[in-house]
Amino acid sequence: MSESRPNNPMSRTSVIDEYFLDHRAKLLDIAAFLDRVDRAPGDAAEDFRMRAFRNALALLDDGSSERARRVLESMSDQTTELIDVAPGKGACGTPPPEGPGA
Amino acid sequence: MSYIDPHIHMVSRTTDDYRRMALSGCVAITEPAFWAGYDRSSPQGFYDYFQQLTHTEPARAAQYGINHHCWLCINPKEAEDPGFAREVMALIPEFLACDTVLGIGEIGLNKNSKNEMAILEEHLAFAQQHDQLVLVHTPHLEDKRKGTFLIMDAIANTTLNPGRVLIDHVEEHTVRDVLDRGFWAGMTLYPETKCTPQRAADIIEMHGTERLWMNSAGDWGDSDPLAVPKAIVEMRRRGHSAETIRQATLENPKTFLGQSPRFKPGDA
Ligand SMILES: [Zn+2]
Repeated sequence: MSESRPNNPMSRTSVIDEYFLDHRAKLLDIAAFLDRVDRAPGDAAEDFRMRAFRNALALLDDGSSERARRVLESMSDQTTELIDVAPGKGACGTPPPEGPGA
Repeated sequence: MSYIDPHIHMVSRTTDDYRRMALSGCVAITEPAFWAGYDRSSPQGFYDYFQQLTHTEPARAAQYGINHHCWLCINPKEAEDPGFAREVMALIPEFLACDTVLGIGEIGLNKNSKNEMAILEEHLAFAQQHDQLVLVHTPHLEDKRKGTFLIMDAIANTTLNPGRVLIDHVEEHTVRDVLDRGFWAGMTLYPETKCTPQRAADIIEMHGTERLWMNSAGDWGDSDPLAVPKAIVEMRRRGHSAETIRQATLENPKTFLGQSPRFKPGDA
């Protein structure tokens, strides 16, 4: 039988060697996206999605682990009740301020 | 290396995709019934779809040496009209007799609404009554966490054995609870919006290979029918053993799906 929880066989340096450039590029994508939002006319700072985005960004550098889980939780609907009627089929990526059934 | 893609929507893919999957080592697939990107206007539309799933696709796959199986239901995105959903569900018993049908799926929730839940509960009761395996779709994005918990609670209210239920589209914030409650868990490798091959490998490193599999959920949208072999490459690149990779991409699907005597794993 296989080991049930296989550790990453790579050393920390190998992980960085392997993935640094790729994620440096992703970091630049985020930086450029935030600049693009700032440059665009309108009150983007008030958009609930951008608020959630900035909250999530803060989680990345708070010194704790399990960042992916915590980012996903920070962008999850925290209510527990079924909604009366589905407002459509799509989702916007983070809970709207008016609640999930709106 | 042989692999199984246990969740892919081949009705939306070309024959060339079957060829490329076969060349990449795919020996068997299972195709859940889902939303076509538009709402069908009548139950007859579903009748035709179920015909396609049970007859057309197995024949198309067989040309490339791939064993095709399917799951039947009305998906949660078309469950907001319960009257319509029940008419579609009434078609299922006729198709259950087909020898490539493995169970009920992909059922679940989409926006976590009352009507979606009512239809989910009726599907669960049907699966229980007919002793069928169940494949569950969990909602996307902000709705996933809440929906996953509501679905697991609904299943807990039945006598269905969690070991015969796979909860799909898990991510870092749902995988632990799904496994801890005794269910099987599926990771979906969508190129942009969902789990990447890198994150899937991370999840395996954090949560192990027990009761966990991965799939492409390739469909009509932005998706990749070769996502599973790409995850195999990612795991190899990290130095994972052939045994670990085989467990996640071949043995686990064989074990879960093999609970149906109709599942044919192929040459693997
Ligand atoms: Zn699907």
